[in-house]
Amino acid sequence: MSTIAATQPLPEPRSSPGFRFAMLLPGGLVTFLLILFALGLVFFLAFRGNDGSLLGTGFTFANFVTVATDPLYWTVTLRSLGIAGLVTLATVVTAYPVAYYLAFHAGRWRGLLLFLLTLPFWTSYLLRVFAWKIVLAYNGVLNSALIESGIWSEPTLAFLNTPAAVIVTLAHAYAPFAILPIYVALDTIPKSLLEAASDLGAKPFTSFRRIVLPNSMPGVLAAALVVFVPTVGDYVTPALVGGPASTMIGTLIQAEFGKANDWPFGAALAVAVMLVILAVVLVVRFADRRYGSRT
Amino acid sequence: MNKARVDAKQGGGWLGAYVLAYLIFLYLPILLIPLFSFNNSIQAAFPLQGFTLEWYGTLYGNSALSGALATSLVIGAIAATGATLCGVTVSYMDLYGRSPLAATISAIARLPILIPGVIVGISLLILVNLAGVGPSRIAIVLGHVLVALPTTVVVMRSRFAAIPKTIREAALDLGASDWTTFRRVMLPLSLPAIISAFMLAFLTSFDEFIVAFFLAGTEPTLPLYIWSQLRFPKSLPTVMALGTAILAVSFLIAALAEMLRHRGLAATRRSAPANLSKPEETERGELQWHST
Repeated sequence: MSTIAATQPLPEPRSSPGFRFAMLLPGGLVTFLLILFALGLVFFLAFRGNDGSLLGTGFTFANFVTVATDPLYWTVTLRSLGIAGLVTLATVVTAYPVAYYLAFHAGRWRGLLLFLLTLPFWTSYLLRVFAWKIVLAYNGVLNSALIESGIWSEPTLAFLNTPAAVIVTLAHAYAPFAILPIYVALDTIPKSLLEAASDLGAKPFTSFRRIVLPNSMPGVLAAALVVFVPTVGDYVTPALVGGPASTMIGTLIQAEFGKANDWPFGAALAVAVMLVILAVVLVVRFADRRYGSRT
Repeated sequence: MNKARVDAKQGGGWLGAYVLAYLIFLYLPILLIPLFSFNNSIQAAFPLQGFTLEWYGTLYGNSALSGALATSLVIGAIAATGATLCGVTVSYMDLYGRSPLAATISAIARLPILIPGVIVGISLLILVNLAGVGPSRIAIVLGHVLVALPTTVVVMRSRFAAIPKTIREAALDLGASDWTTFRRVMLPLSLPAIISAFMLAFLTSFDEFIVAFFLAGTEPTLPLYIWSQLRFPKSLPTVMALGTAILAVSFLIAALAEMLRHRGLAATRRSAPANLSKPEETERGELQWHST
């Protein structure tokens, strides 16, 4: 009798309403007002006409019709998707071996390596992009180093103001985002699975392909998502190192809320971006389920 | 068996070299900023022209710069306080509130990571204009609370989850009220994580550019000041001197915050190795943004 009482704690008394209210208030205000209501405003504004006033006028689909029919927006959206996709692919593929090393080979260096790999995450994004501007500039670091070492005789314009410059810069800026989710997924694979595979005669590559890779897919997908989302809407990197040929959808949204001063149309572009991200999230969720998420 | 081990070892060697190269790729561009901030030339190019502290001298007595620095510090402190308060309460109620509302709030609080900064910026710009505040310091504070919120929630959630459930239950069984349990038991136990969350939120705000760009009124933050200077090639060395100082401070604060977080986690683990539940943590306490 007494053992039962000891192992089954009484149901917790429900906490006082005052406590619950006070504890839920700050988070409730921020999430419902600043996130949900503010996003609702963007959605609302996207269906309004531009008359220069804050919330526009009337109800219209015109903004979305323009977004869907003007080839400019198709070009820029596809370019944004292409750039963000390539950046995501590059960061995930280059981060995977690092995460693999951390999970299986790093030993006593693991703590230090994890620390070094996450540190750039907390430094200024603007400064990291600025660093690439001085690397790629016409009279910048890369050109001068190549000339100094005698590889090239004169500086080239080919580095800066290209989509390639945007991809390299973004891949560098978001590299720390990709490592942690993959590492976490690899680290939680039970070691007994690998031992069983090797005991049953699997070669190292086979057990990687059949056990490690499928089991780490949830981490890979999470990494892809945290890199893809901020890059697809980025406007700083295209502005600093991209030039006119690499205008992205974020640049256009920023312009509509700035120089162009057509907020309803900018809001419609933002809604379009969110729909694209939602589609990507759904695809990732679906893929995650297929791989049988363990988390 | 032996052969397999040798293979693994060799694979590790190649991988080790790759990780080293990766680290160099990660740090080299960032370290160019301090390198050229000491270079006696207006251009960031090789060969180096000689050592100078001239560019650091230009930072002194620059009233626009010190104004931007003061704005950033004030905004960072207030936004970090707000984000930490929300992070503590949201994750506490998520874990112990046992209500769908608390769980929903916690899920939405981590949502900003799935919204590009440009959209966070414009949505708040519409909101503050509607509220009659307009672009201002307050607007930037609100934006930075949002940007830092996922970090503080994830840090605090994993911290609270690592505190053995029995400690809180004991306090409640002994008659402590919810408030007392929260204030006298749970908060002191998670203090290192709270300080760590505050520091990381401060850093996030201090370095944030994308959202602040939309919400700044007449007083720019430090990153906005840097952005405005990037148009002038002549001020490039000054930007690099300033950038070096910012990088040094960022590295220092981030290192301190990480140490605090790991020390706190290690302490809990020692005191209660048996019944630890840590849904969002790996063995070493790395943050996981997504529960996929």
